[in-house]
Amino acid sequence: MRYRILYFASLRDAAGRDQEQVDSAQADARLLYGELRVRHGFGLPAERLRVAINGEFAAWDRTLVDGDEVAFLPPVSGG
Amino acid sequence: MNFFTLGETTIDAASLMRELSGTTAGACVTFEGWVRDRNEGRAVLRLDYQAYAPLALSEGARILAEATQRFTIVEARCAHRLGSLAIGDLAVWVGVSAGHRDAAFAACRYIIDEVKQRVPIWKNEHYIDGESGWLHPDNTPVSDREGLS
Repeated sequence: MRYRILYFASLRDAAGRDQEQVDSAQADARLLYGELRVRHGFGLPAERLRVAINGEFAAWDRTLVDGDEVAFLPPVSGG
Repeated sequence: MNFFTLGETTIDAASLMRELSGTTAGACVTFEGWVRDRNEGRAVLRLDYQAYAPLALSEGARILAEATQRFTIVEARCAHRLGSLAIGDLAVWVGVSAGHRDAAFAACRYIIDEVKQRVPIWKNEHYIDGESGWLHPDNTPVSDREGLS
């Protein structure tokens, strides 16, 4: 399946891009992050992140569908 | 209309303050977050804020709605800067009006605390020594090596 991935903060720096299209067989966000973590050398484990699917916070084990936009969110630091 | 806003330009606090007025309001509490010249003992030159804007806007609106439900207030607004900020710049503004001061103080505190914990906005501090780094909610650095064994 093809997903659109969004990166922010330290993940954006590590990936060297703010977004990318990814073809992957991974069926949920946790497995997908695991694959991308290896590819880009992300330091942060999934346990430290939140995930958003199509613009809303989502559970890590929610089944992804083709075309989903998946955003991996590092610990926030606004304010 | 979303009363939580993000912007690349200076926050117009005076204009936001006027939106809080109402005949039932007897108290107004505002909070301003400014860019400080030091963090964790390091001299800060400037900082950049980055956001996942669509989700930041919806989560910010949710926090303001929660504050309106939890506390007896009249109006609430919050504005957060994005982009590059200098020392002393206004980074975040929260304003609440209420019939009485207790609710205004409590709601203002609730909003800024929840924004810092939940809204997908990230602060990248640039230090005088040329280094930079993304921060956690408690202003400690996010280590790239974290979690790697």
